[in-house]
Amino acid sequence: MEPSLGSYLALSGILFTIGAVGVIYKRNAIGMFMCIELMLNAVNLTFVAFSRYYGDTTGQLFVFMVMSVAAAEAAVGLGIIIAFFRNSMSVDVDDASILKN
Amino acid sequence: MIGTALFFLFAGLAIACAISMVYHRNPLYSAISLVGVFIALSCLYVTLAAPFIAAVQILIYAGAIMVLVVFVIMLLNLEEDRPHSRLNYLYALGGGLGVLLLAQTFFIFYAVMRSPNQPADQTLSPGKTLSIGQAMYTEYLLPVEIVGVLLLMAVIGSVILARKLTAPQIELVVEKELEIRKEEDAKDGLGIAL
Repeated sequence: MEPSLGSYLALSGILFTIGAVGVIYKRNAIGMFMCIELMLNAVNLTFVAFSRYYGDTTGQLFVFMVMSVAAAEAAVGLGIIIAFFRNSMSVDVDDASILKN
Repeated sequence: MIGTALFFLFAGLAIACAISMVYHRNPLYSAISLVGVFIALSCLYVTLAAPFIAAVQILIYAGAIMVLVVFVIMLLNLEEDRPHSRLNYLYALGGGLGVLLLAQTFFIFYAVMRSPNQPADQTLSPGKTLSIGQAMYTEYLLPVEIVGVLLLMAVIGSVILARKLTAPQIELVVEKELEIRKEEDAKDGLGIAL
């Protein structure tokens, strides 16, 4: 017996919730970045579960797209974090409230 | 039966690792916990008959992205996250958001009870690498091209972001380099002429 579609969606929802709460709780830019990755993964799980239960390839294809976008996001996001660290010697998002300098 | 057991094993692992990721203040512990989530999800993809996505999950997420994150953590030599002192309202906000999202999750759980409870026919096999590749390069060619352009933009953007010099400094370096090349060209030109 296989678990139902609903149980996969519930797991995905729980993981998304943990990620969303983590983005608010973390003050560290890298920690927030990792929480966003967790939320993206929760959505990927939904895609794959629907793809499995409806017998359609499209869901898995879009998981691939989401992964590519996540890779691009990682490259640019970590570049921004390094540039910010070089200016302010900190990755605390509270220190990023000033646009100038 | 074994499918359900595997689901609960890996689901529990994923949730435990996710909570550990949010709980730890040291970013390196968070990163390692996140790798645990990725591996648990990859195992779930295998049980969902999606071996290609499972392999790509390990390669891209646990391999590429997390190595990048751990490198940045070590490069910046980060200290532990400072505790919230004056931002107590954030705890209330986060708790409220969490309760709201969890309520939505369980609403979804009851709403999909009438959706297919049995997976589609195995012979359809949407997870095969062959069928994914065929769909990718016929029906969904345009999105694939757009993702390619996006990756190129990300490469260029991260190079520009990570450079050390500001724009005027770069102009100075370029002018110096051009002068040096001019002198060298003049010497070489003489040499050839002679």
